[in-house]
Amino acid sequence: MNAPANFKQSGPGGSSAERLVVIGNGMAGCRAVEEILARDPGRYAITIFGAEPRVNYNRIMLSPVLAGEKSFEDIVINAPGWYADNGITLISGDPVISIDRATQTVVAKSGRVEPYDRLLIATGSDPFIIPVPGAHLKGVVTFRDLDDVERMLAAAGKGGSAVVIGGGLLGLEAAHGLSLRGMAVTVVHLMPTLMERQLDEAAGYLLKSELERRGQTIVTGGDTAEIVERDGQVAAVRLKDGREFAADIVVMAVGIRPATGLAKAAGIEVERGIMVDDHMVTSDPAVMAVGECVQHRGTCYGLVAPLWDMCRALADAATDAPSGYPGSVTSTKLKVSGIDLFSAGDFSGGDGAEDIVMRDAARGIYKRVIVKDDRLIGAVLYGDTADGSWYFDLLKKGEDISEIREALIFGQAFAAGGALADPNAAVAALSDDAEICGCNGVSKGKVVETIRAGACSLDAVRSQCKASASCGSCTGLVESLLTLTLGDEVASGPKTMCKCTSFTHSDVRRLIHEKQLKVIPQVMQELSWATPDGCASCRPALNYYLLCAWPGDYVDDQQSRFVNERMHANIQKDGTYSVVPRMWGGLTNPRELRAIADVVEKFNAPMVKVTGGQRLDIFGIRKEDLPAVWADLNAAGMVSGHAYGKSLRTVKTCVGSEWCRFGTQDSTGLGVKLEQLTWGSWMPHKFKIAVSGCPRNCAEATIKDFGVVCVDSGYELHVGGNGGIKVRATDLLCKVTTEAEVMAVCAAFIQFYREDAWYLERTAPWIERVGLDYVKSALFDDPEAIGRLAARFRHSQSFMQDDPWARRVAGEDAELHQHLAEVRPFVLETAR
Amino acid sequence: MIGEWLDIGPVGQVAPGTARTLPVRGGDEIAIFHTLEGRFYALVNKCPHKAGPLSQGIVHGSVVTCPLHNWNISLKTGEALGDDKGCVPTIPLKVDAGRIYLRREAVLGRQAA
Repeated sequence: MNAPANFKQSGPGGSSAERLVVIGNGMAGCRAVEEILARDPGRYAITIFGAEPRVNYNRIMLSPVLAGEKSFEDIVINAPGWYADNGITLISGDPVISIDRATQTVVAKSGRVEPYDRLLIATGSDPFIIPVPGAHLKGVVTFRDLDDVERMLAAAGKGGSAVVIGGGLLGLEAAHGLSLRGMAVTVVHLMPTLMERQLDEAAGYLLKSELERRGQTIVTGGDTAEIVERDGQVAAVRLKDGREFAADIVVMAVGIRPATGLAKAAGIEVERGIMVDDHMVTSDPAVMAVGECVQHRGTCYGLVAPLWDMCRALADAATDAPSGYPGSVTSTKLKVSGIDLFSAGDFSGGDGAEDIVMRDAARGIYKRVIVKDDRLIGAVLYGDTADGSWYFDLLKKGEDISEIREALIFGQAFAAGGALADPNAAVAALSDDAEICGCNGVSKGKVVETIRAGACSLDAVRSQCKASASCGSCTGLVESLLTLTLGDEVASGPKTMCKCTSFTHSDVRRLIHEKQLKVIPQVMQELSWATPDGCASCRPALNYYLLCAWPGDYVDDQQSRFVNERMHANIQKDGTYSVVPRMWGGLTNPRELRAIADVVEKFNAPMVKVTGGQRLDIFGIRKEDLPAVWADLNAAGMVSGHAYGKSLRTVKTCVGSEWCRFGTQDSTGLGVKLEQLTWGSWMPHKFKIAVSGCPRNCAEATIKDFGVVCVDSGYELHVGGNGGIKVRATDLLCKVTTEAEVMAVCAAFIQFYREDAWYLERTAPWIERVGLDYVKSALFDDPEAIGRLAARFRHSQSFMQDDPWARRVAGEDAELHQHLAEVRPFVLETAR
Repeated sequence: MIGEWLDIGPVGQVAPGTARTLPVRGGDEIAIFHTLEGRFYALVNKCPHKAGPLSQGIVHGSVVTCPLHNWNISLKTGEALGDDKGCVPTIPLKVDAGRIYLRREAVLGRQAA
């Protein structure tokens, strides 16, 4: 120790108190002092330096101050009297600018030098400023201290609009406050899910909907390019995609980073934060650190609860009774009035971890708990957070929950009762007038009566009394009633879509229309999906159903597409792709053939093959090269052949009356017209068409999804053929006399298939399931039906017939084709 | 300390629900995943079944479904889920101040000798 003992000042409790200097008059610094005083009030002579010219206040309550729910006086933790009463010297508004560890002194901005025996660094964190043009303009503020709040209040006083960059906890609280103060608020968030560190996609969606309902504009996936200036002031925020949002004030709330500058300059070990051991001691034994500025066991904390744990361990160690800080499990609640949201622990799922999800669409509730090895490891609650603290307690204690597992998701009241350990027993105990289905107002008595009257499956109950037919959240209850009433005689219903839902494909399609469901997370919430974000079976199906239901409105979700449809090419076993350009009706010309030949040579494609659908397939193209290949093919006038899609593949033709001596009609010409009508349309599964010019049927039209066989008197239209695993010849749908009729029936049939079949159901199994008569009746019973269906198809096509290759060539989704980077090891380079 | 982690760049480069690839000269290509729940993982970009490019699969929860034969692979451990058996190596990854880092030795350790 450098300081001679006789330099020590007198503290309040004795003559030889050690000098403790605290850098930071924030929550962590003051709490640490409080903890030390509680243990040994005479131990230290304490000096606290604060950068802000005021006493210590509760920083996490700044949001309610901004929202007008609290005043600054309400959030003061330690008034001036506290410092005086405890003999603490408070130096506020004079920040420490350097630490000299050799002489054990700190130097403040005013030049004041203060010696210490023990130093406590509690500098907290600094808001992160994204380095975009305009980031330092007047009117750009962070949300960190009372000065920031005052700047925001001043701006709000003038009205106008505010843009908050960052849709995390702090950003949303700032947005809420500004919105309550009367500003038009836009939140720009980089990630697609708000508060993605605390929330999963499902809960993030509910939060976004609620904030939008309250009048905020929420832009997710928004990457800020620039803060636009006008007259030296902020005027707007421009995103990289070109969108621009007017702003009289911009709040940057994208994150914080530990304030480590002082420590680093003093040579104290720093990584992301100031490195501390379990007793909050830094690499210098005379220097301690606490709060958001530290890194403990690899973690930096940005929440308040860990501070309290750290301060206890620090005070124990500083008063010679070391206990050790083991790290904290954190939980989050959003301080926005009227929105109940809670998140704790690990909710990323994964091995051995099981999700238990409960959704109550009618009340806007989403609850998810994550269990691993009979222990609760995470929880996300939206809409009903009453059990948040109970879950958090279970989580922190690591209690074995196997006894209460069945009832865990229903909360403490149920789990403690023990009745639900057998869910059937709990349902049996309900009275006859207890409501089972809230959506349709069906009581237990009514459900049991329906079952006794012969409804012996879930589906039968749904159709006869409507219980569980809307949101599905009472499906478990209805199933219990079936078991209780019928014992083993319960008939298993039709197959559900996947393990994520109790609904069938047909139910989901019907409910998408009935409930006007527009995006995947909404379907999952409203229909009580059992998983947070679905699986590889239901995501593509839902994406298709929504695309079919809301043409033009629905934004295709690329993350819900199989690789081929995302990459617009066919993946091969070695991970390369094959590329099939469209050749209308199987016709081609020298220009196209030359372009194909050039591509094959230029990209060293190892194979070119003529396909069964009369196209040329170029093999062995790497994903990085796809856009360049498409650019060359586009330049020769060719577009995507959709050989990769659940969509119209090819229209195969024979040469027909133009050349063939047996031809009865222009089959090639009709084939080209049909392909021009139908290309680009997404369907439940792949769809193949053929047109044969005479009954010799050289184009094999009778094993296609839609086949045209030309005869002297007109056209026979066949449907439901398949040449795949199970060969099925087509059924004759009808006979027509003009090309225009062929086109109309083709469009109508495809649209009916698009609207009626299940995802991944080809026309052959679909027709076998529903029956040809059902299809005929839908098309022909009402003379207007063909026209209506065809019109819906054409409307949908008006959004679909847009060459996806050309869009990629123009740069859309370029990251799908590019590597993130390449690692070239140094050693390897030099060895060459 | 400087050399312990390889900086792969900002998190914004990998959209949620997708993966990006990182070829390693002389070694196995690495796939970096970003789940819809906001977590990042790195795996060798080869399904343990038939070496399919996992980076091209559909990501759900913390699982990726291989694009070739629909095996489900855990992003956390690299193990095949369900009845399938097999495991692909994982690469330690951390996210710090908005950037992705991979453990250098795990990336380079994968080079052919």
